[in-house]
Amino acid sequence: MSEDSPGLAHHFDSYEQQKDSATLGMWTFLVTEILFFGGLFAAYGLYRTSYPAAFRAGSHELDITLGCFNTVVLIASSLTMALAVRGGQTGRGKLASVLLVLTMVLGTVFLVVKGFEYHDKFVHHHIPGPSFHFEGPESNHVQMFFVLYFAMTGLHALHMIIGILLVGYVAKRAWSGAYTPQNYNFLEGTGLYWHFVDLVWIFLFPLLYLIGRH
Amino acid sequence: MSVSSHVQPLKTYFGIFGALMILTALTVGAAFINLGPANNFVALAIAVLKSTLVILYFMHVKGNTKLVPVIILSGVFFLFILFLLLAADYGTRGWLGVPGR
Repeated sequence: MSEDSPGLAHHFDSYEQQKDSATLGMWTFLVTEILFFGGLFAAYGLYRTSYPAAFRAGSHELDITLGCFNTVVLIASSLTMALAVRGGQTGRGKLASVLLVLTMVLGTVFLVVKGFEYHDKFVHHHIPGPSFHFEGPESNHVQMFFVLYFAMTGLHALHMIIGILLVGYVAKRAWSGAYTPQNYNFLEGTGLYWHFVDLVWIFLFPLLYLIGRH
Repeated sequence: MSVSSHVQPLKTYFGIFGALMILTALTVGAAFINLGPANNFVALAIAVLKSTLVILYFMHVKGNTKLVPVIILSGVFFLFILFLLLAADYGTRGWLGVPGR
């Protein structure tokens, strides 16, 4: 970091180069995340084509209203996150910080609703394992649906928890004016991560909640 | 020492948010209409459209360095290899009649 260009690491020629490198690095990480979740989506595709009736039955056990509500909450949190990044970009750190806290609140609402859904599954013995119980045919294959449901939403929820902690750290830094229009790369990277978590849910929601509803 | 990225107007963000809300309503609505096998296709098409909007505008890929789309598409490409080879494996297992397959 030199005197005349604060926030520019010495191994970069310009702020632009520094930002491009940060963006590229973050996207490289996100691509590994896409493939990480991709394994679960592949397993889902395989079992759903093998047992379509059981997946329909399992999906009908999920609460579509709560799923819908959570989708809206998560997309709203993506909006507040995008606006927070814009705040950092235009040098309004305090505004960015408030928007980031709002993003955390929305993220927490999502997790609380998810918690109630998990609780409901617990009460109805829909947690895969020895105590799993499902009234109806193909109970074993319905259990497979719930294995994938918990693996996919659980991994997604883990990403949300990490995201909320990360956003909290960035909110603190933004409040103390750590981000400038020249260098808000950490804020932008955190935003990319948060939007990625939203992207995963955009696919999870129709695939888990909306099978054969007609 | 210039600001490296252009700032998107606020109305872009709110517009994209509105579009995402409408598409969410559409995907739920479409799920309740019997379209036969097309139901899956519609659900996935809307999800792809929604994620494209998020990637282009919320994630600033539009107007960013051109290397970013290359990275993303390479990831999607490898994802398709995963899906394709898995489908080729499981889709053809019954053809040979090997015991235990």
